[in-house]
Amino acid sequence: MPFNIAKLLENQKKNILELWMKNQLEDEGLREDLITNEELRAQSEELVGSLVANIGAGGSTDLDGDNWSPVIEILGGIAITRARQGFSPRETGKFVYSLKEAILEVLQEQIGDDPKMLFEESRKINRIMDGLTVVTFETFIKGREEVILRQTDEIAEISTPVIRVWDGILALPIIGTLDSQRTQIVMENLLQEIVDTGSSIAILDISGVPAVDSLVAQHLIKTVSATRLMGAECIISGIRPEIAQTVVHLGIDLSSIITKSSLASALAYAFRTLRLEVRKQVVQNK
Amino acid sequence: MILSLSKDNIQVQREQDVVLLRNRVKEVAVKIKMGLLNQTKLITAASELLRNMLRYGNGGTCLVEIVSRGRDNGVRLTFADKGPGIADIPQAMRDGFSTGRSLGLGLPGAKRLVNEFDIKSKVGEGTTVMILKWANG
Repeated sequence: MPFNIAKLLENQKKNILELWMKNQLEDEGLREDLITNEELRAQSEELVGSLVANIGAGGSTDLDGDNWSPVIEILGGIAITRARQGFSPRETGKFVYSLKEAILEVLQEQIGDDPKMLFEESRKINRIMDGLTVVTFETFIKGREEVILRQTDEIAEISTPVIRVWDGILALPIIGTLDSQRTQIVMENLLQEIVDTGSSIAILDISGVPAVDSLVAQHLIKTVSATRLMGAECIISGIRPEIAQTVVHLGIDLSSIITKSSLASALAYAFRTLRLEVRKQVVQNK
Repeated sequence: MILSLSKDNIQVQREQDVVLLRNRVKEVAVKIKMGLLNQTKLITAASELLRNMLRYGNGGTCLVEIVSRGRDNGVRLTFADKGPGIADIPQAMRDGFSTGRSLGLGLPGAKRLVNEFDIKSKVGEGTTVMILKWANG
């Protein structure tokens, strides 16, 4: 009678699940804070069920086959949830490896007296489980990458705020790198705010820009020109000494733009232009 | 005789990689105790060349090296792409020349910011630009 691994696994499904659960629960690193025992059991049961059903149905160990897609889907789902929940790769890896352990243990128990067959079947299981592990990691990393991409989007969304520092004076602190997309957002916000508040002076503060290369300079020049077209004056402030020297070496001509070293001096310049005066009040005692 | 003390190859394919590489360059520059001004010059030159590589060469790789010559330490960056190449290098090195409607200061500006600059290009095969900045240069 030919040995039927599928049947064996089907019969031993419960055993495998119990063993697997035991393996997982025994692990000291079990994250009970992230996942409850019931959830873990539900996940495990689903996976074992579909895995066993699949080995029984096809017998092919080639994971690229269509018949494996349900298992991969379940596993992928688990991996992605785990990535989002904040499991470490090691914990996710253990989840799959401990299943392999459990299956091998059951095989050992059942057909341990026939080493040749045990080896054959173990190899088959090994191949399948290794493939599944790779799938798990691929999906896990993809899940993590999605988290990173979302964060990147969020950072980009924190658009540069336009601050109204005084009647008729706007300030716009730029932090981080000025790329084309960012410049577009900055320019739109600034020009709209100029219209809304009727301001005549805008201060662009670049203290938070790590490096000014020719592209950043070009973007700044464009922003200043656009502001001028709107009838407002644009001052660039926060130019650090090393940035000033670098810009000169690069050969960028910013002489047509009013630049100041600090936001305070830009504000002082703006006050002078608007003929405002800031004075310290002298209290006279009599 | 220039000795290379450490090597690090970085892939540059997207605009986000510019920030990554810039941080990496800053890291090695700080390691060899480069002054703030020279750091800024090196980083600016690097970001000029990176942008060129992304814009005209469809990305490429950047080799970040810490080099030493006698008692001087420096950072050497080698940018290599497999883009269309530059037909007329003297023209590309001229201030204000650009095929892409930019200021045309990238290559000549980068050259002015560093101590050593070398450009090799073959039409249809790609461009390699090497820059070197000494810590006290």
